[in-house]
Amino acid sequence: MDKREVLLEVQNLSKFFTVNTSFFGRPIDVLKAVDNVSFKIYKGEAFGLVGESGCGKSTIGKMLVNLYTPTSGKIIYDGVELTALKQKERRKYCKEIQLIFQDPYASLNPKMTIGDIIAEPILINKILPKNEVEKRVNYLLDCVGLANHQRNRYPHEFSGGQRQRVGIARALAVNPKLIVCDEPVSALDVSIQAQVLNLLDDLKDEFGLTYLFIAHGLNVVKHISDRVGVMYLGKLMEVADKNELYNHPLNPYTQALLSAIPSVDITHKKERIILKGDVPTPINPPDGCRFASRCFRANDKCTEHCPELKDIANGHFVACDFCGEINTERRIILENKQT
Amino acid sequence: MAKKKVLAAEGADIQEAVVIEKPESRFKAMWDTLKKNKAALFGLFVIIILVIIAIIGPYITPYNPNKQIMNDAFQGPSANHWFGTDNLGRDIFSRIIVGTRVSLFVGVAAVAFSLLIGTVLGSIAGYFGGKIDAVIMRIMDIMLSIPSILLAITLMAALGKGIDKAIIAIGVVSIPEYARIIRSSILSTKENDYVAAAKVLGNSDGRIIFHHIIPNVVSSIVVRATLGISTAILDTAALGFLGLGVQPPTAEWGDMLGRVRSMVLVHPYMLIFPGLAITLAVLAFNLFGDGLRDALDPKSRS
Repeated sequence: MDKREVLLEVQNLSKFFTVNTSFFGRPIDVLKAVDNVSFKIYKGEAFGLVGESGCGKSTIGKMLVNLYTPTSGKIIYDGVELTALKQKERRKYCKEIQLIFQDPYASLNPKMTIGDIIAEPILINKILPKNEVEKRVNYLLDCVGLANHQRNRYPHEFSGGQRQRVGIARALAVNPKLIVCDEPVSALDVSIQAQVLNLLDDLKDEFGLTYLFIAHGLNVVKHISDRVGVMYLGKLMEVADKNELYNHPLNPYTQALLSAIPSVDITHKKERIILKGDVPTPINPPDGCRFASRCFRANDKCTEHCPELKDIANGHFVACDFCGEINTERRIILENKQT
Repeated sequence: MAKKKVLAAEGADIQEAVVIEKPESRFKAMWDTLKKNKAALFGLFVIIILVIIAIIGPYITPYNPNKQIMNDAFQGPSANHWFGTDNLGRDIFSRIIVGTRVSLFVGVAAVAFSLLIGTVLGSIAGYFGGKIDAVIMRIMDIMLSIPSILLAITLMAALGKGIDKAIIAIGVVSIPEYARIIRSSILSTKENDYVAAAKVLGNSDGRIIFHHIIPNVVSSIVVRATLGISTAILDTAALGFLGLGVQPPTAEWGDMLGRVRSMVLVHPYMLIFPGLAITLAVLAFNLFGDGLRDALDPKSRS
C-alpha cells in the first residue's frame, strides 16, 4: 500500500521513570513518560510531534538519539534494530540521528569557538581528514547563513537565532540522515522563528534530511511538517497527514487542541472546545484512555479500556474507541476521495 | 590588536578575500581583566617576589641561616640583623628567606597532589553518579569527619618526618574538599545541553569529562587551587609549629614560630617576622585567587 521507504520505525516504545522506590528498591511510583508508542517516519518527510508540556514528546526524541534508554519497545532505524545493539555498537549510529536542541544558550559549549564546536564532531567521527575540516566548517557555516569569519568567536558573542544556526550546523557536520528537532524555535523570537524554520526547510532539501519535529506550537508544526502525530500523557492519540489532521481531526483531544488555535477569519467563527480540569499526573496513570477524565465524549467504557492506535483509512491513525461512528463517516468520505 | 590573517575564500559566490578574525588568546583576555584588579595585581606581585626569593634565596642570604653564633643570640632588629636573631643566634631574616622555598614548595606540591586525586575522584563520582558516587563520597565524608590537622598529624606519624611526607599528609587531608567541589561543579555542568550534544555527537565519556565539562569548571578549580595553596602554606606552618614538618636545622616559618613560642612576651620580634611572612604569603595567594575567579569567567568579559 505504501511505496514510501520507512527510515525509522518505533514499535511499542515505552519509557518509565521510577519516581519513588520502597525501602527494598521496589518501585512504588512510576512516571510513564512514554507509554507504548508506535509510529513510522518515512524517508525525506518531516514528521511533527505535538502535545502539551510533559506529554513525553521530548523523551521520545531523547530515546532516538540514545540519551535515554527505552524501558521497552523497539527503535528500528533503516532496518537495524537499534534497541537490540550493545552500547558500543549503538554509538556507531549516533552520527546517523542527530538532535537540535531547544535552548540555544545551553546547547553550545561556552569555552569552545563556534568553529571548534562544528569541527569537533567531524574529527571524532573521522568523517574527513584533518586538512579538509576547515573547508567543511566554512561550508557548513555558509549553509546555515553565518559568515565564516565569525568562526573564531565564542557562543556568547552571538544572538539566540545565530546560536541556533550554529547548533544546526553542528548537527549537520556528521552527515546525519535523521534530525530530531526538539522544539528548535520555541526559545526564539517570533521573527527569528520564521527564519530558522525556513532554514530548516531549505536544508531538508539540500541535504536530503528527514525530520522528527517536536513542538508545542501548532502553527510551527503546520508550517514544516508533512505528517503530524498528537501526543497526550505519553500516548500517541492521532497520526495523520498534516492537512488531513488539521482539517478533519478525529480524536476528541486533537479536536480540542485545534479549536484552541486563534482564527483571524471573523466570518468563520470556530467553536472553541473548552476542556474541564487539568492534565492528570503521568505518575501511576489509570488503565483506561488517558484522556477519559477530560474528554467531552467519554463514557464509562473509556476509563476501563485503553484504545489502541488504529488505521482508520489512508494512513489516518486514531486512538479512540468512542468516535467509531465519526470514523465510519470519515472513512466513507476518504474512500470516495480515493476513487 | 589581534593579528589578522587574510585568506582567499574558496567557492564561486564569494570572490573577495575574507578577513578571518584571529581568536583573541584566552590568556590575553584573562590578563586584561586581571590587570584592572589592583588587589589581585598586588597578590601576583608578591607571589612573583616570593617565587624569586624561593629560587635564589639561599644564595643571597646575608648570614648562614643555620649557623649558631651564641654571642649574637637574642638581638633585636638592627642594621646588622634586620629581623634580629633567635635564641641560638641565627639571623632571622636569612632563615625567613630560606624558609620561603619550603613553604611555597610544600604548598604548591600538596595542592597539585590533592587536586590531581580530587579531580579524578570528583569527576568519576559526579559524572557517573549512582553507586560509584555513593562509595567515593562516603569515603570523602569519613575523611572530612576527622579534624584535618589531626589527620595530617596521624599521617605524619605513620609516614615519618620530612618534607615529602608533609606534602603527602597535607595533600591527602585536602582531597575531600577538591573532590566535593569538582563533583558539585560537574553535577551542575553535566546537565547542560552541550554535554548532551557531545554525547549525541559520539564523544566518549572520558572526552566529555575532559573536553566539555572540565574546561567549564576549570575556573572554580583554579580559584580553589590558588586559595588552596594558602591553606596548604598554613598547614605546613602548623605542622612545623608542632615540630612535625622539616627536620632541624632546616629553616621553615612554622617551625621558627614553634621553637620560640615560649619567648613571645620577652622577644616578640622572633615570632612577628615569621608570622608576617606566613600572613603575607597567604594573603597574596588569596588576593590573586579572587582576582583569577573574576578573570576566568568568560561571561564577565566585555
